[in-house]
Amino acid sequence: MDLIVEGFRKAFLLIYRLDADLMGIILLSLKVSLTALLIGTVAGVPTGAALSFKRIPFKHALLNIMNTLMGLPPVVVGLFLYLMLSRRGPLGSMGLLYTSSAMIIAQSILAFPIVVSLSYAAINGVSMVIRQAAATLGASQFQCTVAVIKEARYAILSAIMAAFGRLSAEVGAILIVGGNIAGRTRVITSAIVLETDKGDFAVAIALGIVLLCVSLSVNAVLYIISRRGRVGQASEYLWA
Amino acid sequence: MGMTLQVSQLRKTYRDNVIFDACSYTFKDSMAYAIVGPNGTGKSTFLRMCALLEKPDAGTIDFLHGDRALDKSDGIMRRITLLLPSVGVFNTSVYENVAYGLRVRKCKNTEIEQRVAALLKLVGLHDKMKRRALTLSSGETQRMGLARALAIAPEILMLDEPTAAVDTANYKAITDILLSVKHSMKTTIIFATHDVKLADNIADRVVTVSDGLLMEI
Ligand SMILES: Nc1ncnc2c1ncn2[C@@H]1O[C@H](COP(=O)(O)OP(=O)(O)O)[C@@H](O)[C@H]1O
Ligand SMILES: [Mg+2]
Repeated sequence: MDLIVEGFRKAFLLIYRLDADLMGIILLSLKVSLTALLIGTVAGVPTGAALSFKRIPFKHALLNIMNTLMGLPPVVVGLFLYLMLSRRGPLGSMGLLYTSSAMIIAQSILAFPIVVSLSYAAINGVSMVIRQAAATLGASQFQCTVAVIKEARYAILSAIMAAFGRLSAEVGAILIVGGNIAGRTRVITSAIVLETDKGDFAVAIALGIVLLCVSLSVNAVLYIISRRGRVGQASEYLWA
Repeated sequence: MGMTLQVSQLRKTYRDNVIFDACSYTFKDSMAYAIVGPNGTGKSTFLRMCALLEKPDAGTIDFLHGDRALDKSDGIMRRITLLLPSVGVFNTSVYENVAYGLRVRKCKNTEIEQRVAALLKLVGLHDKMKRRALTLSSGETQRMGLARALAIAPEILMLDEPTAAVDTANYKAITDILLSVKHSMKTTIIFATHDVKLADNIADRVVTVSDGLLMEI
């Protein structure tokens, strides 16, 4: 019991004092996950849109693959990327292994299929009537497509948040390709693994609390988005 | 000025289901037409074809300005409109919904403001301008759809069941708006309805769909 109480006391102290090491770890986590999310979004949303709007050969096969990849075990991505980036691997000469770039690549790979699948579903979920209504009001083909994407905007945002939720909690891939090097590739999740292993629970608990807060924020944002996306009394007036 | 809509030898089938066959009819400039008939006779299909949302299997749909036939280069799609039965509400404010047609035409903001305000007044939604359009009642939604369609000053205004899902007060309001549009704007009106009373009330001519043809009654 003492272990836990003492752990929490020290953890809160660390957070309260904005401990420099702790902050470094948190900031790196956010940097890695947000950058990967940006890459996944920039690549994933247009891909999802293209799958929805264009006639693409093997579309359903592609979608099935994306859906399967959504549940890709992070350790497998980590292993795969490790093999590619390790010194004897095909991309070994780039010297990326155990850098934050490698972690960003790993997480981008994890984010991509989630963003593709969910933004495809978001855009496909927009009623045909929206496109028709835009057309009856004189919108060009392109403007109609924009109207449909706009209509899906909250659902697309949910897709992006879902991907962020996965990235911020992920440890398997970044641990393998990042190596958990203090001050360079140590992020929240990998630090928790290490500190728990060492028995230094204060840091682990502090980081756990931060990670929980991140998750809670993600879910709060998702909740707000989902309410604005559909008919609801709670959001009767636009927040303008 | 309104526009004349001329369909000739129109044919439309869904698989084995022949909806229209050798259907010809002329909707004259600045007149109001009602297409009546029970559900499933093809009223909506006809309007979707006239609004160029759907292609007929055969036959032609022509738009005439006086004697001159208009073609693609005249930007037909920007001069006609169809208010769909389900409206197709964008998940934005009531104001932005009504402004949509003007935005795609790259109108100036001041012009948009004026037009939208005037139309929202006409349909009695001026106080609900900032409302999320998806939260409107079905009667209000129809009125907003009407304002949105009128915003582009269509030369042919088509409406599919504009009073199908509305209460008495909204029915009256929509009837009044359509009558005022008929009298004050030079636009050709074509609306589908299963409400014969509404048809008699508003239309100069009432036509039915029967055996794949349009017939005046
Ligand atoms: N997209 C479609 N695919 C197949 N059948 C259709 C489609 N749209 C309409 N129909 C059929 O065409 C007929 C006419 O439909 P519709 O034009 O909606 O009639 P109305 O508007 O007069 O009620 C109906 O039998 C309907 O089932
Ligand atoms: Mg119908």
